[in-house]
Amino acid sequence: MTDIKAEVDALPGLDPRAPLLQVADLHVEFRTRDGVAKAVNGVNFWLHPGETLAILGESGCGKSVTAQAIMGILDTPPGHVTRGQVLYRGVDLLRLPEKKRRRVRANRIAMIFQDALSALNPVYPIGFQLGELFRKHRGMSRHDAKRRSIELLDQVRIPAARDRINDYPHQFSGGMRQRVMIAMALALDPEVLIADEPTTALDVTVQAQIMSLLAELQRQRNMGLVLITHDMGVVADVADRISVMYAGRVVEEAPVYDIYARPAHPYTRALLESIPRLDRKGRQLNAISGLPPALTELPPGCSFGPRCGYARDVCRREAPPAYQIAPHRVASCHFIREVLGV
Amino acid sequence: MSEMQPLVRSGVAGQPGTPAEATGPVAGRPRHRDAGGKPRSLAGDAWLDLRRSKVFWTAAGLVAVILLMAAWPALFTSADPRECLLARKHAGPSGGAFFGYDFQGCDVFAKTVYGARASIVVGVCGTLIAGGIGLVIGLAAGFHGGWLDAVLSRFIDIVLGIPFLLAAIVLAKRLTADPASDGVLAVTCTLGLLGWTTAARVMRSAVISAKNQDYVAAARMLGAGPMRLMTRHVLPNSIGPFVVVLTLLLGVNIAGEATLSYLGIGLKNDAISWGIAIAEAGPYARAAAAPLVWPSVFLAATVLAFIMLGDAIRDAFDPKLR
Repeated sequence: MTDIKAEVDALPGLDPRAPLLQVADLHVEFRTRDGVAKAVNGVNFWLHPGETLAILGESGCGKSVTAQAIMGILDTPPGHVTRGQVLYRGVDLLRLPEKKRRRVRANRIAMIFQDALSALNPVYPIGFQLGELFRKHRGMSRHDAKRRSIELLDQVRIPAARDRINDYPHQFSGGMRQRVMIAMALALDPEVLIADEPTTALDVTVQAQIMSLLAELQRQRNMGLVLITHDMGVVADVADRISVMYAGRVVEEAPVYDIYARPAHPYTRALLESIPRLDRKGRQLNAISGLPPALTELPPGCSFGPRCGYARDVCRREAPPAYQIAPHRVASCHFIREVLGV
Repeated sequence: MSEMQPLVRSGVAGQPGTPAEATGPVAGRPRHRDAGGKPRSLAGDAWLDLRRSKVFWTAAGLVAVILLMAAWPALFTSADPRECLLARKHAGPSGGAFFGYDFQGCDVFAKTVYGARASIVVGVCGTLIAGGIGLVIGLAAGFHGGWLDAVLSRFIDIVLGIPFLLAAIVLAKRLTADPASDGVLAVTCTLGLLGWTTAARVMRSAVISAKNQDYVAAARMLGAGPMRLMTRHVLPNSIGPFVVVLTLLLGVNIAGEATLSYLGIGLKNDAISWGIAIAEAGPYARAAAAPLVWPSVFLAATVLAFIMLGDAIRDAFDPKLR
């Protein structure tokens, strides 16, 4: 039995002082029959241990594709990473041979899927699926693997875990399934957890339970958490920083308080204005008019331009660069000052 | 907002079934647990459905009798099917010979009972060969995709395009060149080599749909390699429809053996099979119908039993029908 943890530690170029996870200039495209869909167009972010980064954006903006590209589970073809780096402690995962990369998955970086029912194999009991991880990755005996599985299910608060270990995924409720999924993702003690809309398929009360469970497990383990969501309400409580994505780009990145207090990008601002608020009851909500651009034919210049109230000629000609507003605060807009109101 | 509220209330009131369903028919025990509190698997669920199905029990009973007949024909008749007296030509039923005698004075009942073995052996082995080829080709094409899928799919199309009887005649003729052989191997191989196409197609499409499921991506995310993905995740989730196609194919192959034997290119020499019996009795059908009718009835019942069994099992396993 080779020790997988040690094997990952021995990866050439691994630097314990480098950021836990850094994504630089990531480009992903889907080569389909209808043309090339540019799903991710230069995403940048970094993550430190114990930190929660929320990636916020509407459907089709490239959030999940970014997550899949980091995990290396893009469907290829049609999906291709065309440019960029995904650095885990300084090691570019995109350049690792598939065999080595597989070692990193689950051991160092794990992911939770949106729909836990379809993400669990229907033909095996959950205890078997969990135990398999310990047996294959850690070389545990069947008995030890079962004991660890029960411990883990207890940690994610599955009641009567010992009795439910031989249950099949379809015998669990939605919230419980997501807990099982979380247990599987955390089984091998990853340092980075990517949660791809972990609560979208659940109802509101269960959403809150799952989010607090995630936050608690993250604190206990000092994990880096990438939380992908389209729900600004979910983000506000748990995230440290927020990256707002639009049409495959990060348009604004900022600490959570700053984004809510003073959005620097027109899209962020419009998103915040479209949330119903108690203190503005009875007034019309501001919806963002229009639709996101088709990824097969992104407009030249700023992709948000056609829907933006601040847009002028320059927006149609040039894509805005990322402006550093403050430390840890970046926004891509030609008219940041106007949006910020300074 | 005020307009919304009555709608919401009527929505809740409009689901009177929900609370009753939640408690379930068996008070306090969730539907998916049996009396011992043990959880049920998909197969367990399917078995529970099958247990209540009349079609399943009828088919299973018939299949059991036929298998018994194939294994121990002596249980059903004490007569020797090869003991023929021309003096009894086309004689009516007497004693243990419930179906009378054929044109050579052989006991029709005994011959029919002993004929089951050839049909079952050829049917089962032919289906296993076809299943093996279909499984490998379907799984490879579906899982690998890309150029391999294109090549294998066209190959399936080509084999599917060959007229079955023509190919079977050529192949069986070629394989039975040895005059000493009784033709069982030849017929089995012929049916196996020509019959796998549907199974392979079904397997391929089931594999493709299983491959794109989230749990396969999740397994990949958890570090599973391609072999593990294929054998542990894709195969068990795509084998269901394939198995059902095989049960149907079993019936088809039994009929195919009879067809080839009837045409004189199947089993031969002194082999006893329903197909040969039907072929031999054909010319004398007006003088004595029984030697033609009874093997035909047994053949039809066997094919029907296997197809019904396949149907019942498919219904029980198909989650869309539950």
